[in-house]
Amino acid sequence: MSLLPRLPLADGIDAFVDWLKGIDGLFDVPKEFIGFTVTHLSNGLSAIPAWLFILLLTGLAFFATKKKFGLPAFVFFGFMLIENLGYWSDMMLTLSLVLTSAGISVILGIPFGIWMAKNKTVESIITPILDFMQTMPAFVYLIPAVVFFGIGMVPGVIASVIFAMPPTVRLTNLGIRQVSTELIEASDAFGSTPFQKLFKVQLPMAKKTIMAGVNQSIMLALSMVVIASMIGASGLGTKVYYAVGRNDAGGGFEAGIALVILAIILDRLTQSFNRQKGVA
Amino acid sequence: MGKIKVENLTKIFGKKPKKALELLNKNTSKDEILKQTGMTVGVNQASFEVQDGEIFVIMGLSGSGKSTLVRLLNRLIEPTTGNVWIDGVDLAAMGAKELREVRRKKLSMVFQKFGLFPFRTVLENVEYGLEVQGVEKDERKATAISSLELVGLSGYEHMYPNELSGGMQQRVGLARALANDPDVLLMDEAFSALDPLIRKDMQDELLDLQQKMQKTIIFITHDLDEALRIGDRITIMKDGSIVQIGTPEDILTNPENDYVERFVEDVDRSKVFTASHVMKRPETVNAEKDGPRVAMQRMKDTGISSIYVTNRKKELLGIVSAEEVSKAVKENHSLLDIIEKNVPTVHPDTPLHELFDVVSTSPIPVAVVEDGLLKGIIIRGAVLAALSSGQEVNKDESTTEASAS
Ligand SMILES: Nc1ncnc2c1ncn2[C@@H]1O[C@H](COP(=O)(O)OP(=O)(O)OP(=O)(O)O)[C@@H](O)[C@H]1O
Ligand SMILES: [Mg+2]
Repeated sequence: MSLLPRLPLADGIDAFVDWLKGIDGLFDVPKEFIGFTVTHLSNGLSAIPAWLFILLLTGLAFFATKKKFGLPAFVFFGFMLIENLGYWSDMMLTLSLVLTSAGISVILGIPFGIWMAKNKTVESIITPILDFMQTMPAFVYLIPAVVFFGIGMVPGVIASVIFAMPPTVRLTNLGIRQVSTELIEASDAFGSTPFQKLFKVQLPMAKKTIMAGVNQSIMLALSMVVIASMIGASGLGTKVYYAVGRNDAGGGFEAGIALVILAIILDRLTQSFNRQKGVA
Repeated sequence: MGKIKVENLTKIFGKKPKKALELLNKNTSKDEILKQTGMTVGVNQASFEVQDGEIFVIMGLSGSGKSTLVRLLNRLIEPTTGNVWIDGVDLAAMGAKELREVRRKKLSMVFQKFGLFPFRTVLENVEYGLEVQGVEKDERKATAISSLELVGLSGYEHMYPNELSGGMQQRVGLARALANDPDVLLMDEAFSALDPLIRKDMQDELLDLQQKMQKTIIFITHDLDEALRIGDRITIMKDGSIVQIGTPEDILTNPENDYVERFVEDVDRSKVFTASHVMKRPETVNAEKDGPRVAMQRMKDTGISSIYVTNRKKELLGIVSAEEVSKAVKENHSLLDIIEKNVPTVHPDTPLHELFDVVSTSPIPVAVVEDGLLKGIIIRGAVLAALSSGQEVNKDESTTEASAS
């Protein structure tokens, strides 16, 4: 069939992976850090009594929507249902997984987005990487995550970060590039330094777009939850995953509903914050 | 040396400006260069000098390079070749820090579409320039408030730009530029978003400010009437090149070529021409040496029915009619006995549109008087003639058309 011998791509990658694993601290440090964050976050969240947590979030929703009743009511009854069904501690684990992944996505994503916006070469390098990250089936990220970080919450966070980060990076870049030339010229014409321009003009102007990216990242991180449960990231995802394995339609549906409720609450809350901060 | 000096300034947009430059040096046209190389000529070898305190207007059709030229002056656009000196310092030689300093202290810009920051209040917008300089909060607030007062926007400090009308936003833009107390104001079509009435107010305001603060102003406009109203000198640009630089009068009376002439054609002459453009040399008699007989003779010679009377210094005394003069000859009166002192007069700088009323209701030619001296007279037909042709009637001294009565 072919004139060339089969390329040893898989062998090459294996060798590369081994070499990477040999580098001291390259994986240990992030592993420690992420493990620490997730554990403490979930411990902290779980320490709050359910009733207090529900009241706090209902109150937050009330102010975030400028004193409307729809979302607070949804938050209240949604959380009550999850508590009632007995998924409260699973939800807290999932929430800490999502918040950690989304947090890391934002902390890394926004600077990358800024860098892309300021430099054409960087943009032309990062864009295809982002395309790659987004088109690759999410399952594939489990492999390097497991290879380098074993199993558990940490590789779950890592896989989620890879999957969830692109929207933040993209929309930060877009938001900054979309700032009209006249505003950029105005800022330059008055003698702003590049830093002043970024913080006084570009980021404030891009805020809404960036926040839309953050919102998407949170949603993507949440959608990774079930997949990440396959490598031992516990939480609501695990319940869904087990239900699939045991052909337990009822249990799967319950855990699924809990996830959907959490997703809707996170989505609406972040969106209403974004709206609120816009100029009157 | 002037406040701003520009020499051979050229901007070519595109990746390989060298080739386009060569073609430019061979006098190839902008269109031809675009066709051959794909480069756009923004500004082509512009040279001029702007004096301290001058209002220098740049005009030209869309795409003629006005915005590019003004952005070369504060290096928002980097020149391809050529130099700009501000107070004798070469702009191109400045490092980033020095350039920022010049932009902060010497040059401020007002933008066509205002360029206000929508997330900042009016006050915060006006403070921007001072804020980036690191001026203390209280001090910059005080400066911003007085700058807003200057443009008549007190009381709007805490509104957001989108809550203001276009005219008010434009004034915020002006206030922001003034708050820096720059030597030079760069105004890129700063008034074109305004409706005609507000626009005229803003022009007046600008002229007022100019009187008070003696800024050097580079003002871009599409509108010749505006240019003539506020400009000390006007530059006309075409395809990136400067076609003519001159005072408003130069531009109107001696257009360099067809392009300028076409600009000038549309102008509302009634606002530009003044009494001095349409007056003609008066026939007079000198009351201190001439009597009624001389007056009679002079009127007969020139075929007019009344004549202005002055003294030796050419100060206007009044007018006498042919009828009165012939009576005076018979009855042996002097000119001063029959003189009519109540005559219609105007100043040489009176614009044409204000002359209409006076000239059309007066039965005798209107006297043009400056400091009591009779400078000329205006006959009814001259005003209309000036409006229709743009010719200056006073150059044509052979006409000795007389008024009716
Ligand atoms: N950033 C740019 N890149 C490429 N070409 C440009 C750029 N800016 C301006 N040009 C070109 O330079 C020429 C002059 O443009 P400029 O904006 O200075 O014109 P203008 O006289 O200000 O026009 P208008 O009255 O429409 O504002 C035009 O042919 C334009 O296409
Ligand atoms: Mg322009």
